[in-house]
Amino acid sequence: MDVTTRHIKYQADCDPSFPAAIKSIPGCEKLDSCIQCGTCSGVCPMSIYMDMTPRRVMNLVRYGFKKEVMASNTIWLCSSCYACTVECPREIKVTDIMYALKQMAIREKAYPRRFRMVVLANEFYKMVRARGRVNEIHLVTRLNLLTNPLEMLKMARLGIELIRRGRFSLRPDAVKDPQRIREIMEYQGNGNGRKEVATK
Amino acid sequence: MKFGYFPGCSVLGTGRACEESTQAIVRELGVELEEIEDWNCCGATAYMSVDEHNALALAARNIALAEKQGATQMTTPCSGCYLVLNKTKHYIEEYPAVGNRVKESLKRTGLQYKGTVRVRHMLDILVNDVGLDTIRKHVQHPLKGVKVAAYYGCQTVRPYKDFDQYHFPETIDKLCEALGAEPVHFPLKTRCCGGSQMGTLPQVAQRLVFAILREAKRQGANVIVSVCPLCHFNLDSYQHDIISRFKEDVGITCLYYTQMMGLAFGIDPNTLGLHRNLTWDRSPLRQQMAAVGVGA
Ligand code: SF4
Ligand code: SF4
Ligand code: SF4
Ligand code: SF4
Repeated sequence: MDVTTRHIKYQADCDPSFPAAIKSIPGCEKLDSCIQCGTCSGVCPMSIYMDMTPRRVMNLVRYGFKKEVMASNTIWLCSSCYACTVECPREIKVTDIMYALKQMAIREKAYPRRFRMVVLANEFYKMVRARGRVNEIHLVTRLNLLTNPLEMLKMARLGIELIRRGRFSLRPDAVKDPQRIREIMEYQGNGNGRKEVATK
Repeated sequence: MKFGYFPGCSVLGTGRACEESTQAIVRELGVELEEIEDWNCCGATAYMSVDEHNALALAARNIALAEKQGATQMTTPCSGCYLVLNKTKHYIEEYPAVGNRVKESLKRTGLQYKGTVRVRHMLDILVNDVGLDTIRKHVQHPLKGVKVAAYYGCQTVRPYKDFDQYHFPETIDKLCEALGAEPVHFPLKTRCCGGSQMGTLPQVAQRLVFAILREAKRQGANVIVSVCPLCHFNLDSYQHDIISRFKEDVGITCLYYTQMMGLAFGIDPNTLGLHRNLTWDRSPLRQQMAAVGVGA
């Protein structure tokens, strides 16, 4: 990187409704008390693969740098291990803030196209909506078909092993009346101001 | 002892051995599990990322079903499910707005959520309710000389757990001792294995698992034991890929904790679903058990 280049962020580029929206979500209200100690980044097993550490995300969220946060890969790399949440000295629910950011990005389609984490989440969601239960093999197959069919070949060896060991259930399991599941989802979805989630 | 039982989706497929060994152990120890009728997927991490309200309501449906069945406690063998169910319960209590909405939506499908059921991890029940003394009495073949790296994964003791502690949990370690095995010092015991990122970002998740396996070996373990079907899948099933990718032999026997208990109890390995583990075929432990007449 050219050390003489300076990147200046202007207050006017920020979105003040962004921190307000995140803080209104249960579990995220304590964000303002973050002391930027970096404990969350230190304990995060994924932080070395992230382009922005969790500490930095927390700070950018509270000052309204929405574009920057939404463009980073951090929220999609977060594996929801809750290490940051249990270690944060200010009792900030960092994991839940990551979830809130994921939800916002999915709602606004602000994520890289065919990003595998998003596709998985959406396919999972649709499967639950359709059957109330998830069949992992179907899920992984859908994921790979939608993102990277070549990945299927790499998976073949493991797939054969799993079949051989009777761990490959093709039976799509379901609850008795999936309509009940949809009723619950619709009730919740309406209150949330949207009915369906983004698919592609 | 009777508990509402939430199996979870993965134990119907890739995690079948976890279900089989759990059932074998509760039969042996006289714990009664009554499956929650018509349970639905708890949502894991995936749909929490899409819509939190839905995720909580759907997880709450399972708790309401358990209540309806008359259970006062419910349990699951999956750490992911345990976290989600427990988190849901906490959220409903902590945030009345969320709680009311969840209760309202369940009411529409004829269910009532009262919040009277306790959500327990299966490991907690076996070690703390049944107790180590009873477990010791069932041991027929002490696992002498077996050095175990106890892997808790991240979801088992974080953040809504009601047993053990976040940083240095000891429940499995104590269980190992009761079975005659020797727990080794294992600093990565609660380090995340990547969870479902194994399917989406294998480059990263495989590296995390590599670090966990290598540390287990470095500490002198010859078996690594897990408590979550997803952790078990990640640790057990990708060793071939990981070894060829990182060019270091981190191969180690990986057992689900109830499989380890079953072996010590003298239960047939097939009943425990051990033939489904990828690392069992050539495991030294398999020979060791065969020598005392457990399996062949
Ligand atoms: S650990 Fe908590 S207080 Fe420290 S930087 Fe992270 S969020 Fe802020
Ligand atoms: S929950 Fe996410 S951000 Fe927090 S430590 Fe785990 S991976 Fe990192
Ligand atoms: S944690 Fe995973 S396997 Fe277990 S019920 Fe939830 S989604 Fe299914
Ligand atoms: S360690 Fe990984 S697989 Fe295990 S519970 Fe945590 S996220 Fe899930």
